[in-house]
Amino acid sequence: MSASKPKLSPNVGVHPAYHKEATSAKPIEVMPLPPLLRVSMSQHLGKPALPVVKKGDTVLRGQVIGEAAGFVSAAVHAPTSGAVKDVAEAPTAGGIMALAVDIAPDGRDAWAPAVEENRRKRADLLARLRDDPAAARKEVVAAVADAGIAGMGGAGFPTHVKLSPPPDKPIETLIINGAECEPYLTADDRLMVERAAEIWQGALIIQAALGAKRVRVAVENNKPRAAAAMGAAVADSAGDCAVVMLETMYPQGAEKQQILAILGREVPSGGLPMDVGVVVENVGTALAVRDAVVNGRPLTERVTTVTGPCVAEPKNVLARLGTLYSDLVAFCGGFARPPCKIVSGGPMMGLAQSGLDVSTAKTTSGLVALPRELVGAFVSMPCISCGRCVEACPSGLMPCELSQMLEAEDYEAAAGCNVADCIECGCCAYVCPARRPLVQHMRRGKAWVAAQRRKP
Amino acid sequence: MSAEPAAVSLIVSSSPHAHSGASVRRIMLDVIIALVPALAVGLYLFGWNALRLVVVCVSACVLIEALCRKAMGRDPGVGDLSAVVTGVLLAFNLPPALPGWMAVIGCVFAIAVAKQIFGGLGYNPFNPALVGRAMLLVSFPVHMTTWAVPARLASVLEPARTAVDAVTMATPLGWAKTSLSAGNALPLALDSVATAWEFFAGFKPGCIGETSGLALLIGAAYLLYRRCIGWQTPVFFVGAVAVFAAILWRVDPARNLHPVFHVLTGGVMIGAFFMATDMVTSPVTRAGMAVFGAGCGVITMLIRAWGGYPEGVSFAILLMNAVTPLINKATRPRVFGHGRRK
Ligand code: SF4
Ligand code: SF4
Repeated sequence: MSASKPKLSPNVGVHPAYHKEATSAKPIEVMPLPPLLRVSMSQHLGKPALPVVKKGDTVLRGQVIGEAAGFVSAAVHAPTSGAVKDVAEAPTAGGIMALAVDIAPDGRDAWAPAVEENRRKRADLLARLRDDPAAARKEVVAAVADAGIAGMGGAGFPTHVKLSPPPDKPIETLIINGAECEPYLTADDRLMVERAAEIWQGALIIQAALGAKRVRVAVENNKPRAAAAMGAAVADSAGDCAVVMLETMYPQGAEKQQILAILGREVPSGGLPMDVGVVVENVGTALAVRDAVVNGRPLTERVTTVTGPCVAEPKNVLARLGTLYSDLVAFCGGFARPPCKIVSGGPMMGLAQSGLDVSTAKTTSGLVALPRELVGAFVSMPCISCGRCVEACPSGLMPCELSQMLEAEDYEAAAGCNVADCIECGCCAYVCPARRPLVQHMRRGKAWVAAQRRKP
Repeated sequence: MSAEPAAVSLIVSSSPHAHSGASVRRIMLDVIIALVPALAVGLYLFGWNALRLVVVCVSACVLIEALCRKAMGRDPGVGDLSAVVTGVLLAFNLPPALPGWMAVIGCVFAIAVAKQIFGGLGYNPFNPALVGRAMLLVSFPVHMTTWAVPARLASVLEPARTAVDAVTMATPLGWAKTSLSAGNALPLALDSVATAWEFFAGFKPGCIGETSGLALLIGAAYLLYRRCIGWQTPVFFVGAVAVFAAILWRVDPARNLHPVFHVLTGGVMIGAFFMATDMVTSPVTRAGMAVFGAGCGVITMLIRAWGGYPEGVSFAILLMNAVTPLINKATRPRVFGHGRRK
């Protein structure tokens, strides 16, 4: 089945300058092993993993170095073979401290024997998924959990949790999210262009595991090569599978907005995609699932777009998890000019960094270095009620009103006006002529609501 | 090459890290640009008098804004150009012959009372230029309703001019209202298509900036293109005036002006496109803008038909400004995931 006509989203959002041309035509480059990998135990949403190695241990690639701390958590594996130099707290991209395992690679990059065992054990899993899906499903979910896979689009939700919907929430549709609506980022775009067949195989594995009838690959129509590659991969599949072209508009990659655009279904407030019979997985996640099931390999690397006007040679880099940002930047030729802001992720929702001593995680889709003229200091003014934020908000909120309530610390009023439904997409602040820190206000409001809900 | 950033200089702030580049200053500049065609017509029709009032109002507004902000210990804050916009709009709503010192009093009310006392741009509930104009209308009713005859007035109004007063005359609205309340029939000249076009182009007595619907529309088109105003406000405003006037006219064509003239005379065009669309004092939602516009139109016609003044645009907008917060609350959009989708 081929790509269908572009579908409109809920038609709410913004059209930021995309700047993807710096890296969209550049093939993924494999980064050589750096001298040190700092592997964080907190690379996903949920509880950080518990380290199971100590200083002085030697590890092999794919060996578990952090065990999942409960169901909503994810295991962490050694990204290469080498010696554990330290287990200590280190900063994460989110600005908090978390335990991390420092590994000095030995250069052999030898896989742990468990990987080969898993591969052999799962050799007939694909066939069994076809013939007796009900029995094989559990095995897929276990393989995904073993591999420590977490949503690679940026949110980092543990994938095995998404693949285990409760029995009363049947999944009808699987959406493979290749929208990549954040400006600058091209990691998913390149993955689709270069590894479409493998992504699609991963998608079919997830589909079988969920028992979903329908698969949609969502691509924004500014990525024609990716759409064509995915279309070719999808073409041979039987069943209700298709690539859908989404109108290029931010935030088309946001789960709930994407489900509305493709299926016309609206996830209820506070709910999850599974409430409307949908699971959304990022293309990188699909690839990781395939690697786990077919090759027995846990998640030890990912593609990160290192870009922005300050980077000398912007690239799509396939780097081991735990690669220090400073090594990533050095691999891309260093800085051509001094950056004023370094963002982990995309510029709309990414996290500003205070330095380059943070290392890549399962969620690190990009590293964007921006110059002063794009992010220079500005003063925030009183709201002039222009209404642009209201028009841009994909959640249907009135950011101007909420921000005034939150500035006045009237949290009850903000909660009553559904501040909890904000997805922190940043559209409001992007369009605000008064440069109000709207998202910052929303976060405060959401934190208050979350705290209220935790209270007995 | 070094991968070491000058770590100290990195900005760490909340997302988003991209911005559209929109600014308050740019929006105000766009409004000023959009007012240029109407200004040109005003200068052409009223000459030096118009220029004098625009210069007086703009300089007075900027100066008063700077003084107020200084007195309140804030930065001068005139860089956002909003005081310039207020100055031009106030001048546009004044009769060309008004003495300069009166205009300055209007500016004081507009900037000091209507805007800065409330906290400055963004906090003012009422359109500052309209507050200035309303205060002048109440304080100097004679001056505010005496109209110098434009140097290049169209021939249609010649008979009326000679019949009424050789030097000054009422606006067509005032003239019609006086005529009607005196029990006379409406001047027939007002019903011709040619007159309608002349009115539309701006050849009629009136305030400096309000006479030419054509020039105002050109400016408004620019504002729509720049997304500085929503179409709902002016369309519902003008639409409500037209519908209301059409009903009156159908009921009694002899005692009511043709709807086209209601739309083209007085302040409807400038009010609908430039005063009611003032961001700060009008609703933020599209539905709210429609309600706001319609409300302005209806109140304008109520005043014109039954009120004491021949013109009602300013008061209509000020009244609607007062209910803007209510309209905002009543027209909040449906939040994603709440309620049912069809
Ligand atoms: S209020 Fe929240 S959901 Fe709405 S535009 Fe702003 S960040 Fe996005
Ligand atoms: S975009 Fe900014 S100035 Fe405009 S209404 Fe929203 S908060 Fe106010």
